[in-house]
Amino acid sequence: MGIELQNITKKFTGYTALDNISLNVASGELVALLGPSGCGKTTLLRIIAGLELPDSGKIILDSKDTTNLPPRKKNVGFVFQHYALFRRLTVFENVAFGLKVLPFRERPSRSAIQDRVEHLLKLVQMDWAIKRYPSQLSGGQRQRVALARALAVNPKVLLLDEPFSALDAKVRQELRRWLRKLHDEIHVTSIFVTHDQEEALELADRIVVINKGRIEQQGTPQEVYDHPANAFVYNFLGNVNVFHGRIKNGKVSLGTHHVDAPDELKYTEEKPSQAFVRPHEIGISRIRSNQADLAGTIREVRLMGGQIGLNLECEGFEHAIDAEIPRDLYLNLQLAKGEKVFVSLNRVRVFTGDYEI
Amino acid sequence: MPKTQTSESAPVVHKRISDPLPVQMVLIGLTLLFFIGFIFLPLGLVFAEAFSKGWSYYLESISEPYALEAVKLTLITVAIVVPLNAFFGVTAAWAITKFNFKGKATLKTLLDLPFAVSPVIAGLIFVLLVGSRTPFGTWLGEQGIKIIFSTPGIVIATLFVTFPFVARELIPLMEAQGRDEEEAALTLGAKGWQMFSKITLPNIRWGLLYGMILCSARSIGEFGAVSVVSGHIRGQTNTIPLHVEILYSEYNFAASFAVASLLVFLALLTVGLKMILEKQFQKNSFHH
Repeated sequence: MGIELQNITKKFTGYTALDNISLNVASGELVALLGPSGCGKTTLLRIIAGLELPDSGKIILDSKDTTNLPPRKKNVGFVFQHYALFRRLTVFENVAFGLKVLPFRERPSRSAIQDRVEHLLKLVQMDWAIKRYPSQLSGGQRQRVALARALAVNPKVLLLDEPFSALDAKVRQELRRWLRKLHDEIHVTSIFVTHDQEEALELADRIVVINKGRIEQQGTPQEVYDHPANAFVYNFLGNVNVFHGRIKNGKVSLGTHHVDAPDELKYTEEKPSQAFVRPHEIGISRIRSNQADLAGTIREVRLMGGQIGLNLECEGFEHAIDAEIPRDLYLNLQLAKGEKVFVSLNRVRVFTGDYEI
Repeated sequence: MPKTQTSESAPVVHKRISDPLPVQMVLIGLTLLFFIGFIFLPLGLVFAEAFSKGWSYYLESISEPYALEAVKLTLITVAIVVPLNAFFGVTAAWAITKFNFKGKATLKTLLDLPFAVSPVIAGLIFVLLVGSRTPFGTWLGEQGIKIIFSTPGIVIATLFVTFPFVARELIPLMEAQGRDEEEAALTLGAKGWQMFSKITLPNIRWGLLYGMILCSARSIGEFGAVSVVSGHIRGQTNTIPLHVEILYSEYNFAASFAVASLLVFLALLTVGLKMILEKQFQKNSFHH
């Protein structure tokens, strides 16, 4: 039950929410639409569900053109950011809703509905709350019920609109792992929208990065993270240090310093470029082991759980550099604020486009 | 109780920030004075005057044929106006809160027009529109339909004057509730009317009832607009307020106030219902 989106365009007054988007989702896949808020990802999801109509383009669900079908004929399950449980109905009635509104001929018997609801509530571990009202449940519990409700109608496709963003950090992480496990059990083709790169990386089979109504890159989490297609993707997928410099033959000159960028040998002419280094790809030591190492001073130390964040002032660099090192290394080197260290940029990614970030 | 516990907890005094006592007393006093002067005293006078010629005269005044006809016409008007305005109100509130369209802000403002326009003007508008001297009115007359100086005119004028109550009650409520639940119902396969009857209506029912009660109260008591279109024909086009006015202008004070006391009872009933509904409303607003 795959999804095929062909050249979807949607304009709202004043801006283009989706600009010619084409995307295929294979049957049983779990795909993340990742992007900053306002990039059009939620609009895309709502168009697939039939809650909005595209200005142009086609939506093929299970090899049938469903572009102009109303939501009730699309057979998709939709999970909303703020749960959207029916507040006047009990948990049981919420989950049973999709079955009870079926035309008489297709409607299961009362006992069949009862069985199905109980089964689904067990699946989402909410069977104990069958008689409660949504207001008596926590956010995480409500979202589980919402998921059971969406699954009740045997949807061909499950669409989740920032399903965890209204929950607190701990519950969010728990529910994320639980959803991954659930998907591995029931294999329903799913698309979820998120602006949280960690969530996308952890949960999805495939990530589609969207910016300003266009797809920037798609691929497995590994591909997207290790080989970002452009500066936007690289920047969006985690914390970065940005340096402005010039590149030629795999060497980047950043002010008076030269840094090796062995991944980037394709530029034989000198070009203006942006160099990106992730904080955890920066090495810190007490002795200079390489000519390219920078001399720096620790300006700030931040505790970040297992990692220690360092804010470094380096000679010849205008802006401070952020680094993250393991706690053990931090203790071994006996680092502290104001100490002098040597800094190596272990992995530099260079992009030459004049990308605005 | 074990002895150790008594020593632990000194009573905690929560000091509230509030106005000094004299200010409070003056404000409470002024409010009470206003209540006495403008509500309790006049109400008392209504009843005093109504019973000034004794119980039997009171009962006679409210049960004579013209009075009964007035009560009947008022109740008929309410029975037609309230359901219609409930329907219009829900429709308008739905359109304004669930769709985006051009002129939405204007429509929202126009909803208040019946409140802003003097009821007398409202009545005159309909006389000018469908009165016997207008082409449309003449045409209607030829078809044997009489609107002005008859029940339809009274119903139409009351409809206009009480139109905003339901919509104004529902719009903020429906705006706060958003569209999520309706959209969820649609994605779960509900048809439009299933979504409305199973999800929307239960969500707005208390607000709707509240609006309908306000609408009934105003329909019962409306004087100005109805007065213009009614023609004051005894036993035919007199509602309760018009009947009160006629009796009063005939110096039949006791009868006039006796009938007026019926309006007071209806008003007290509405206030009572309103209080009960408000409590339900509060209880239910926790439910989300």
